[in-house]
Amino acid sequence: MAKNTTTDSRPNILGAVGAWIWLAIIILPIYYIFVTSLRPQADYYSENPLSWPANATLDAYVRVLENDFLLFFFNSVIVTAVAVAVSLAASLMAAYVVVRSRSWFGRNVFRVALLGIAIPIQAAIIPVYYLIVQLGLYDTLAALILPSIAFAIPLTLLILTNFLRELPESLFESMRMDGASEWKILLRLVLPLSRPALATVGVYQALQVWNGFLFPLVLTQSASTRVIPLSLWSFQGQFGIDVPAVLAAVVLSVLPMLAAYIIARRQLVSGLTAGFGK
Amino acid sequence: MAAPALVLFGFFAIIPLFGVVALSFVDWDGLGPITWAGLDNWKAAASDPVSRNALWLTVKLTFLCVLFQAPVSLLLGVFLAGRQRYRALLATLFFLPLLFSSAAVAITFTALLDPNFGAGSALDAAWLSQNWLGDPELALYVVVFVIGWCFIPFHTLIYQAGTRQIPKELYEAARMDGAGPVAQFFRITLPMLKYTIVTSTTLMTVGSLTYFDLIFVLTGGGPGNATRVLPLDMYLTGFRSYDMGKASVLALVLVVVGLAVSLGLNRITGASRMDSRSEG
Repeated sequence: MAKNTTTDSRPNILGAVGAWIWLAIIILPIYYIFVTSLRPQADYYSENPLSWPANATLDAYVRVLENDFLLFFFNSVIVTAVAVAVSLAASLMAAYVVVRSRSWFGRNVFRVALLGIAIPIQAAIIPVYYLIVQLGLYDTLAALILPSIAFAIPLTLLILTNFLRELPESLFESMRMDGASEWKILLRLVLPLSRPALATVGVYQALQVWNGFLFPLVLTQSASTRVIPLSLWSFQGQFGIDVPAVLAAVVLSVLPMLAAYIIARRQLVSGLTAGFGK
Repeated sequence: MAAPALVLFGFFAIIPLFGVVALSFVDWDGLGPITWAGLDNWKAAASDPVSRNALWLTVKLTFLCVLFQAPVSLLLGVFLAGRQRYRALLATLFFLPLLFSSAAVAITFTALLDPNFGAGSALDAAWLSQNWLGDPELALYVVVFVIGWCFIPFHTLIYQAGTRQIPKELYEAARMDGAGPVAQFFRITLPMLKYTIVTSTTLMTVGSLTYFDLIFVLTGGGPGNATRVLPLDMYLTGFRSYDMGKASVLALVLVVVGLAVSLGLNRITGASRMDSRSEG
């Protein structure tokens, strides 16, 4: 099967030109963020914005870190970690029920979840705000975690269910024959086998929660509960003309996701394209 | 075992969906007591020129976004589906915008498009030094471009995956029939990507309808109301003007338009799926 030799070997010049132009469009703003974050504030107004800074410095990063950035960073880490862990656990349990049960209930749980993918956060935000206020959770990290979990569940459940359906029936049967309880099967069999699917959807959901903006904007208020995307926005208001500091905060905000991309590129890419057929 | 997922999802996603219907019939400022308002919010929203303009802007934004994103991501995706080494490298770099939060992207472009200290002054190009975000005529197009910057990478991924699934034999056969690259693109690639095109376009459309964070940080709806699209209008009405009832009406309009578009596009797919079957 020499399939690979049949790939188009002719150079696609038009496509290549387009792709390189798009690369420039992608890279230019990213390059700009980086060089500006290294520029001394005084030089921002005099130097060419796209030039390499003559007096490159990390001062802007120091200014950002002195303004509680680590607190916001830590808040984001807690919210993302808890939301992703709980939504994965809850979805895996539900996916197991959906796949294993032959009942009306099991099938319909899945259908409702599919519908959930279509609910935009914007449409639900006012009642979510109402519920959070009523629960006395307004301006706490829990106010961000709980709805983030809820909105992560539909897609997570969909992907995990599709994954579990592929597992051979005989595996479950043999464990059941040995008298294992459903919980034991879940922990000893389903959990280890689902690791690749969990990684894929987990990295994707982490990206969503980490970069989420609307929940923090509406459900929190004080600096002590601020998460990173919101902090960027408030830095923009607070630092105003100190553009290097604002962009240094942008660089710091994207570093964890960049690290995730470098480590788990395949998971992130397949997570992003997962829900949509194949 | 399904209980935790059901409770969490039900409480924070399903109940709010019904809650937003209920809230559209009440007066509530977000803190005080809730009082029955009947159809007042609906009447107020329907007769408010700002909200009507927001709906129109949303339609316009959605149309422009699809017009910009669909062809670019289709062409890039098809190109990146090739197995050459440097194309893989390009694909890796094309992904980068997806790592940034909307807030980060909006802040970057605010600085980059600054008429005095932005890219215009760097490249010494007069046309680049326009007041991009301060000119009501231009701001919406800038928003379309920045949204494209964020989301074309995602749709490129979808098209890349779709193109790689087209059987190589089809191209081989076409080449034997003497079809050039352009003919191959139009007779094989494009028809074979039909479902990918519908999926991607649906996601683009629904995405553009609900686009909030980026526009909020980039323009805040301004200048004037030039970029005050429906989700933004909803937020500002609810959480800045403290009129939750009217904001709920706007939220419902969003849901209905979004669902209508998805169902409509799905119906087109359904129809074309039958077509392709009957064609054999």
